[in-house]
Amino acid sequence: MHHEAPIVSFLGLNFNLANILMITIASVIVFIIAVLSTRTLAMRPTGLQNFFEWVMDFVKGIIDSTMDWKTGGRFHVLGITLMMYIFVSNMLGLPFSIVYDNTLWWKSPTADPVVTLTLATMVVGLSHYYGVKLKGTKEYGKEFFRPFWFMFPIKIIEEFANTLTLGLRLYGNIYAGEILLALIAGGLATGFGGHLAAIIPMLAWQGFSLFIGAIQAFIFTMLTMVYLAHKVSTDH
Amino acid sequence: MLTSNLVLGAAGAGFNGGDILFQLAAFLILLALLKKYAWGPLMGIMNEREQHIANEISAAENSRKEASSLIEEQRELIKQSRLEAQGLIENAKKQGDVQRDEIIALARTEAERLKESAKLEIEQQKEQAVAAIREQVASLSVLVASKVIEKELSAADQEKLINEYIQEAGEGR
Repeated sequence: MHHEAPIVSFLGLNFNLANILMITIASVIVFIIAVLSTRTLAMRPTGLQNFFEWVMDFVKGIIDSTMDWKTGGRFHVLGITLMMYIFVSNMLGLPFSIVYDNTLWWKSPTADPVVTLTLATMVVGLSHYYGVKLKGTKEYGKEFFRPFWFMFPIKIIEEFANTLTLGLRLYGNIYAGEILLALIAGGLATGFGGHLAAIIPMLAWQGFSLFIGAIQAFIFTMLTMVYLAHKVSTDH
Repeated sequence: MLTSNLVLGAAGAGFNGGDILFQLAAFLILLALLKKYAWGPLMGIMNEREQHIANEISAAENSRKEASSLIEEQRELIKQSRLEAQGLIENAKKQGDVQRDEIIALARTEAERLKESAKLEIEQQKEQAVAAIREQVASLSVLVASKVIEKELSAADQEKLINEYIQEAGEGR
């Protein structure tokens, strides 16, 4: 069950080549889908343009539900990209995983805590950046002592807790899904009868993972907007 | 075996600083590229459509207003022309009445005049006739007188003579 990771040290940094491969693949897929679907834009939308306009409206709805559009509009692109990227990443590990020479190469990039925590840290970092930018340093600092001054330690802890939960929620869901898929495929599907027996739970769990992957992409985007709104809006 | 797999960070031994940097860079690049090549144009076209729809709505609103004002105008015009027509008819009727009265009065005076003149003529004729009779009676009586004077006549002859003359006079007429 346990596979080695292809780790390479370069300039004092450890690179997991599997992660780098999958991140690149996920990014390229998202880019290709997005560009292909928006290549022929028309006033009367058809096909994929319709779908992406729906996605845009969906993300707009998420942003609208957390902050007003005047401040939230600038996060629209971030929200769509995050959602698309995480959704595609979640889907990548579903159909199969590739193990070569006892090294795991093909998986969901989001099944690695490093990747999800990076995204989470980026989001929280962005929320602080925009908090300072939109409200000014003073107002941003004051926010840590509201509603009472003694809430300050809790507020500080909250920032780290937010980062951790945001990243680990995504990681946990996807990683667990892949583990179970690997268990069903590797543990149950031995021999002809085992393969037959594995088909049903495999189908069921893949369908469920599809659902979870979509839900997690939505939740990640939603929480991103909530954290951003928490920092940039003046009244909440 | 399974437990070590579930431990956080089990996929990599040590700290994957490279992965973090790569993920960050990849996401930011993806963000920039998508903004430039996909979301930007898509948002543009959506905004354009929004604008277009708003324009169409306001145009429709305008033409609707225009149409209703035109209808109002037409209605006003119809009302006006109807009033005008009514006035014309009324006038014509009045004029007809006046003309009729005039014609009648004219005819009446004409008839009166004709009657008067006819009466006058009759009167004249009568007078003329009377004058003529009178003249003849006078001449006859002169004649009778001369005859009487010419010869003495018996009473019977006289009467016969007068009758003769009267008869003559009647025949002469």
